[in-house]
Order: sequence, then C-alpha cells, then structure tokens
Amino acid sequence: MAQSIISARNISKRYRLGATHHDTLRDRITYSLRSVASGGGDEKTSDEMLWALEDVSFDVDQGDVVGVVGRNGAGKSTLLKILSRITEPTSGELPVRGRLASLVEVGTGFHPELTGRENIFLNGAILGMKQSEVRNKFDAIVAFSEVEKFLDTPIKRYSSGMYVRLAFAVAAHLEPEILVVDEVLAVGDAQFQSKCLGKMGEVAREGRTVLFVSHNMAAVSALCRKGILLEGGRLTKAGPIEEIVSAYVTNTGKGAHQFTAKTRAGSGLVRVTNFEVSSTRGPNVVVCGAKMVFTISYEAEKADLPIQFVVGVFDAFNVRVLYLDSQVDSTLPPNFTRRGKVRLEFGEEFSLNPGRFSINIGARVRGELVDHIKQAMVFDVQEGNFFGNGRMASDKGTILYRNQWQFEPENI
Amino acid sequence: MSATPTNAAIPEWAGEERVIRARHGLAAIDLRELWHYRELLGMLTWRNISIRYKQTYLGIAWAVLQPVLTVTVLTLVFQRMTKIDVDTQGVPYPLFVLAGLLPWQFFANALGDSSGSLLGAQSMITKIYFPRILIPISAVLSGCVDFVISLVLLFVMMIYYHMPFTTNLLLIPVFFLMVVTTTCAMGFWFSALNVKYRDVKYIVPFIIRIGMFVCPVMILGPGPKWQFLYSALNPLVGILEGFRWSAFGHNHEPFWPGVWIGLGLTCVLLVSGAYYFRSTEKTFADII
Repeated sequence: MAQSIISARNISKRYRLGATHHDTLRDRITYSLRSVASGGGDEKTSDEMLWALEDVSFDVDQGDVVGVVGRNGAGKSTLLKILSRITEPTSGELPVRGRLASLVEVGTGFHPELTGRENIFLNGAILGMKQSEVRNKFDAIVAFSEVEKFLDTPIKRYSSGMYVRLAFAVAAHLEPEILVVDEVLAVGDAQFQSKCLGKMGEVAREGRTVLFVSHNMAAVSALCRKGILLEGGRLTKAGPIEEIVSAYVTNTGKGAHQFTAKTRAGSGLVRVTNFEVSSTRGPNVVVCGAKMVFTISYEAEKADLPIQFVVGVFDAFNVRVLYLDSQVDSTLPPNFTRRGKVRLEFGEEFSLNPGRFSINIGARVRGELVDHIKQAMVFDVQEGNFFGNGRMASDKGTILYRNQWQFEPENI
Repeated sequence: MSATPTNAAIPEWAGEERVIRARHGLAAIDLRELWHYRELLGMLTWRNISIRYKQTYLGIAWAVLQPVLTVTVLTLVFQRMTKIDVDTQGVPYPLFVLAGLLPWQFFANALGDSSGSLLGAQSMITKIYFPRILIPISAVLSGCVDFVISLVLLFVMMIYYHMPFTTNLLLIPVFFLMVVTTTCAMGFWFSALNVKYRDVKYIVPFIIRIGMFVCPVMILGPGPKWQFLYSALNPLVGILEGFRWSAFGHNHEPFWPGVWIGLGLTCVLLVSGAYYFRSTEKTFADII
C-alpha cells in the first residue's frame, strides 16, 4: 500500500482552561467591555491554554494494529476524538482514508423508551450504517446480542448486561476499515471488555486497521504490532510495540518506592498512613532471594475496630499477580488499636521476578470499604541469587517459587 | 466471536476519504454531506415522534387536545368574560382562533424542542461524528405530525360552522412550509447559542409566551397604518395571516408586502443561522 491509511501531520489541540468563562451572555458582555477598556487582545494569554496535543505526527498503514500508549492526560483520548471527528484539531492535518468506527461509542443514541428492535435501527443509523445494511445484518446482530426474547421490550427494562450486549452487537457489525478502541472509556464488566478485545483481534486478522488505547500493557503487547507513546501531549516514540511498552513501563516508574495516596476512596474510618516494602537486605530494597516484607501503617478514628487489610500486587502490565487478604489467611487480632502497623512477611521460597510492580491497598471494616488507595507504591525487584546456586532466574513469568525437581527413572 | 463475516474483503474507500483539519472563519452548510446523512435525519425524526407520547395515557390525542383546550379558554375570555369585540371578518371566533393557533402552536413547540435539542443530545455529540444540524432539524420535523393531526380538527370545525371549502386550502402546505423554515432558522440560532450561553433556556420560553400576544393569533394585526412595521419586525406575522387566508379565503387576504417581508426575514435568519451553526459546530463537543 503506497499511501498510509492515516497520516497525522503536526496535529495540535488546544483547550482553554476554564472553558466555561463566557457561559452566560452577561459574562461575555462584561468580558468584551473589559477587553475593550484594557485595549483588548489579552484573550489568548498562554497561561489559560492547555495543549492537549502538540505537534503530533505519525503514519498508520493499512492492516496495522497500533497501540496508543500513555499515561492519563497524555492526550490519547483527545487524539481519538480528533480521529473520529468529534472535535477538531487546533492545527495540523490528518487525512483518513476509510470508514472509521470506534468502540468508545457503543450504545450512543440508544433511547430507553424504544424497543431493542427500534434501537438497533436507530443506533445503526447513528453509527453510519445504511438502513438496508442494518436489515441485512439484523439477524446476525440479534443472535450476537442474545436478546431475541426481549426484542420488542423497551430497553429501559433491560439489565445492564443486556443493554451492553445489544449495544456492542450493533457496533460489532459495522465493518469499518479503521477501528478505534478506547479501553479507558469502555464501560462494562470484564466479560464485555474481553468481548471488545476479541472483536479487535478478529478485525485485525481480517487485515483491517486498528488503533487501540489502553493502560493494560499485556493486552497492548498481545494485540498490537506497532505503537506510539504519548507523553504530555507530545509523541515521544513510535515503533515496534515492544519498544513502546518498555519505554512506557520505564517512564511510569518515576517516584518508585514512595508511598503516595493520590487516588483514594473509602469512608475514612481507617486511613492507611504509610506503606513500606523491605527485605532482609534493607528497607526499600527487594531482591530475589531475600525475604520480602510489606508494612502497612494505619490510623483509625476509634479503637477496637475489626480491620481487614487487602493488598493487591500488580506487574508492569497492570495484571494482578497477588491478592492478599488479611481476613482469609492471617492470625491478626480481631480488634485493632487506634494506630499501628501490620506486617506481611513472605517466605523464603517465594519471590517476585525482577521487574516493576505496583501496590493497591484496601481496608474494610465489617465489609464496608473504609480506605482504598490505587498505586500506593511502585517498586522494583532486583536480580538476586534466588535459587542459592548463582543462577539467574529467567525473565519469563512474574513469580518465582522454590520448588523441587525430581527424577523418577523408569527401567525398560 | 464469529458474527462478522470473516471473508469480507476490505471495501473501496467509497467517498470515505477525508482530511481532518481545523476550519477557520465562516463555513457553509455542506449540502452533499447532509444528503449522505439523510437516513439519519429520518431516524432521528422518527425517534422523536415515537417517544413523544410514550408513557402518556392520552398519547397522540394531546395533539388535538392542546388546541381544543386553548381555543375553549380564549373563546370564553374574549366572548364571555370581556367586552372586547374582536374583529374576525365574519368568521366564528373559535374557528378564527384555531386557524391562528395551529401554525403558532407548531412554531412554539418546535422552537422549544429544537432550542434545547443539542443539549439533549449531549452524549451523542461527545461520542460520535455526524452533521450536528440534523438534531435541531429533526426536532422541528417531528412536530409536523402533530400539526397534520390537528389540521383535521380545523376541517371538522369548518364543517361544523358551515365554512365553505375554497381552493385557497391548497395553499396551506405552502404557508406551513414557511412556518417550518422560520422555525428551523430560529432553531439553528438558538440551539447553537444554547450550547455556549444557557441564557437561551430563559429567552426562548419568554419569546414563546410573549409571541402569542404580538403575533396575529388571537386577534387580527393592527390597522393599515402600522401594518408595514408590524410585519417587518416579526417574520411570523405575514405567514400567520397567509395561513388564515388559505383557510378562510376572501376577507382574510394577507397584507402581501408583509408576507414577502416575512419570507425575506426568514431567508436571512435561515442563512445566517446555518452559517453560525456551522461555524460553532466544531466546538460543540468541547464546551457542551
């Protein structure tokens, strides 16, 4: 293919911060008067502006499956919005050669009062299908959605699962040349997410072009062959997906080994005040082969609460490796003092494989979520003499376990 | 995951090629694109119609009930409770009011619907591309069904009052089309303004409430002295007079310069509204 199916040229998108400035006519009028009085021209001061995307250029060839990788706020969703023409770039050009559909928009325009059947036609039209096209695919859509029995029921009576299945069924039959999937925005349960992923794989195998936005590096690595990395609105790297993922993983590790509680939820009855990871080699050092210890410090509003601690350990691909629940496997006392520390020791026969991991911490009291911190800590596990024989562990797999190989000879 | 036929060859680009870039300044309506999306317009209109009376007890009967109740109240007020003698050029007052009320009510309902239509379609606008102008247009078009139904009421009343059916009746669609156009034009302006300035939410109901008094709905317009100014200030005046003329004929001949002025004003509003809509459309998703 001589021509790229998408070729972004210096795409920039600027948002005005506090875009609600002139929400009422009065504001607009007073603002205009003020700028006339002050000589005008101060409307575009740069501190009011946010560059969501800056000078982004890339090419996508037909049949490419491209992962768009970046942290929250890096501009991934803005890029998708520009691609699907929901919003316009502030500058730059972006030729798109083919019908583009996105799995962000499942169920757009669904009306709760209309029946499943009516919504299929409505949604199809909104997604850009001809009515004849919808009619041809109608049976397939219905079969896929598994809601045959409720086709003539208003969808406000549907369960959320049925709703999502029907919505997805319509979108899945769109047959676009370019498919855009934003996992970040895709709502729905795990099953629905995996349906999205399955659909993407299928589309990719047909030789269509896919752009995939996700935080799940395992899914990105598995599905995509190429990738682009966005950081702070700029495209910092484009190339084979392995390089992109490793660049992303390295970059997210800034500020490792420090307890942070940026995204916190829960009632606050108990607050986790610190989290430390250490090993027999010292604090903040985790080495394969040295016993690992987690220490959770907490503070409760009152004494004698039965606190349940939960720790999730995630690998660099954001896949959960361990889920540790103090109520399932512990000898913690039934009631806690107002302040204290909880230590969680791992045995010598277990270790995380070298790499980067992150921790989510949760605390519950009688089932109620009292504290929940996502990404409470990011830490690195270093290579070490886990097996005690000087041999390095393979970089495949995420956990190491000291096990015994045994040989049973058989005589012929 | 085998619902999509896997053997589907990748189709030709079939007119799907485009360059996404920033548009600057005023932009005209892309009629070719609108034609491409005509099915969507139909579906959106159909959706508005079919949900309009969902979960109401009386359903579509409201289309008739509203004018009947309004005419009853106005007749009581003007004929029984006050001493105002309304000049109806020989037409029974209820019939006279009804002929003004039908196009007016269409205008009022459709303008209200279309002004708020973009805000109501927020989730669609922030998630998918299509020409946004279809939304206010479909809001206006969906009011047509009510109008056609209430038109039956007009004919029934005319039979009841022994009004002759004249060939003028054939002009009803023409004047109705003019009302539709005016409503669309104002709908473009207000729906687009509404995205940025929520003041519209207060302005439109105000216009609708006052409009019923300043348009020739309940009474005839002012005498010849003021006729020109009256029509020049309000595009609906000439159109409503024309509508009444097409229903009752002879005595009700409209002030023709007024009709032309109204038509001219409508065209100005329509073109400017479409331009304004098109130029602000690109920011809808960002600020809605």
